[in-house]
Amino acid sequence: MGILEVKNVNKRFGGLQALGDVNLSVVENSCHAIIGPNGAGKSTLLNCLVGKLIPDTGSVMFDGQSVLGRTPYQINQMGISRVFQTPEIFGDLTVIENMMIPCFAKRDGSFRMHAYARSNQERDVIEKAEIMLEDVNMLDKRDMHAASMSRGDKRRLEIAMCLVQEPRLLLLDEPTAGMARADTNNTIDLLKRIKDERNITIAIIEHDMHVVFSLAERITVLAQGTPLVEDTPANIKGHPKVREAYLGETA
Amino acid sequence: MLGLTGKDFTLFLIVVVMVVFAPIILNPFPVDSAMAQFNAGYPDLMQRFLIFGIFAVGFNILFGLTGYLSFGHAAFLGAGSYAGVWMFKLLSMNVLPAILVAMVVAGLFSVVIGYVSLRRSGIYFSILTLAFAQMSYALAYSVLTPITNGETGLQLSLNDPRVLDGAASADGSLPVPTFFGLEMRDSWDVTLGGWAFTFNAGYYLCAIFMLVAFYVAIRIFRSPFGMMLRAIKSNQQRMNYTGLNTRPYTLAAFVISGMFAGLAGGLMVSMDPLAGAERMQWTRSGEVVLMTILGGAGTLIGPVLGAGFIKYFENIFSKINDNVLHGWFAFLPDGLENAIVWILHPFVGKGWHLTLGLLFMLVVIFLPGGLVEAGQRIGRLFSRKKKPADAAQKSTQSTPAE
Repeated sequence: MGILEVKNVNKRFGGLQALGDVNLSVVENSCHAIIGPNGAGKSTLLNCLVGKLIPDTGSVMFDGQSVLGRTPYQINQMGISRVFQTPEIFGDLTVIENMMIPCFAKRDGSFRMHAYARSNQERDVIEKAEIMLEDVNMLDKRDMHAASMSRGDKRRLEIAMCLVQEPRLLLLDEPTAGMARADTNNTIDLLKRIKDERNITIAIIEHDMHVVFSLAERITVLAQGTPLVEDTPANIKGHPKVREAYLGETA
Repeated sequence: MLGLTGKDFTLFLIVVVMVVFAPIILNPFPVDSAMAQFNAGYPDLMQRFLIFGIFAVGFNILFGLTGYLSFGHAAFLGAGSYAGVWMFKLLSMNVLPAILVAMVVAGLFSVVIGYVSLRRSGIYFSILTLAFAQMSYALAYSVLTPITNGETGLQLSLNDPRVLDGAASADGSLPVPTFFGLEMRDSWDVTLGGWAFTFNAGYYLCAIFMLVAFYVAIRIFRSPFGMMLRAIKSNQQRMNYTGLNTRPYTLAAFVISGMFAGLAGGLMVSMDPLAGAERMQWTRSGEVVLMTILGGAGTLIGPVLGAGFIKYFENIFSKINDNVLHGWFAFLPDGLENAIVWILHPFVGKGWHLTLGLLFMLVVIFLPGGLVEAGQRIGRLFSRKKKPADAAQKSTQSTPAE
């Protein structure tokens, strides 16, 4: 039984069957990639996991609890963090403030009226945020405005913001989309290190085969909203159906 | 000090000094000089500086931090005013209960309006708040006449019960608001050479409330709560996916700013116990938006500056009439004098709105950070001249990593 269990999920947008009978099981402490051509329903599936969309039928269980009917912030509080396709960070805030907010969310829950406290006196939160920044090599950018950083740094910051919450499941939506090669490699290295050092389950949606094959332990191939195959990277590479549906176009 | 960082404490100290010595600072010209009409140091106007300062500081907690632009904050100012006058009518002429009840009533009112309006963001939020405020105005003007006294406005009368301190004063005239016996209109006039200064009890009461309000605003800005509000302005999506529920945060900010507006309303009627429906009109809501943006939204001191600036314009600049202009340009040949006065005429006196509008446009276009940004730019200009080496070093440091 995996930490994330998706069973018979269907999602229809008008006449379009975006997801048809999707079954997916993500094993704890593994890295599971979901690949597929454009329009295969990868992002729709991800949005069903985080509460942005509600499937028409089926169930999504995280650690034995259903996520359906919960809002994104409640699902995050259950232990699922999401990294977006374009980095979603707090551009107007400094890097350290960006890191402090998820720390507050972890410590105080979804709402706490601490208007009497002082941000610069919250030692435990600042310390935790700084350790995480150090870990991703960004401590030198501590007081920079987040919006002024390069795309690679923004991605790095976003991943750090998710990690500092110590999530049990990290969802990555094309984390290297639109990135320069050097930034892509840096991100892969970072994710590899995270996987090795922390007990964390990663589910990744990715277009870039280089990224997928360097990270994933299991791969699910989606095509037209339905899982085609689920197997190890080595087997996926040679699978005729996959070649036809997906790799055939690029390889 | 006081739980503020060095920089914030300095700012607070400057504001304290400015407020305490405002009766002197704002009266720089001798009484019988030609410039005396630019003196702003009379109690009525100085009270308005502070009251609208409180109003704008509170509005800035909502608009400056969360980015939610409310167009209905006058409703809370009005609700506070009515509540204050009712306290004078029913309970006592002491301003303290009036001000406290004004804050509570405005706070409750803002819970209701905020709860509904905050279901939407952006322009829809603005329209919802505007609609609520205009509804309140219309209600106050007509339907709720028993409570608001309609278009006449709510005022004191000799028949009011005033449970605590009885009926009218000894000579049968209307009682005046007091602070435990100290009448709000009490003033102490000092004449020094050609200068005259007025130290007014009501002004200093406003000053105490304004300084407390300003201090609270600084603390909110620097608190984790304030950080959350800024994060909401920056990226709501990320907030939701970081496990934070934005709704209670925005509602809390809305209610706090509503209570600041209620405090302003309560102080207004403490200075002049009269509340009319026009206090709720949308032009009042628009005014506080202008004050905040003109001064610098999201900055600590900006709204106070903006409030002072606009109130100065409204009360002083509007007094420049054609006679004054003729006086200034009397040294010119007659034809030229008349021509210049004719050109300037639309911009001064009753036309002060035009000048203010032009200034507002200039500020928004060239100084999006408001008067505070103007100050910062001037400050930077000087510091750059002093240490150009430091600036050069900084610019090389911030080159991107790639």
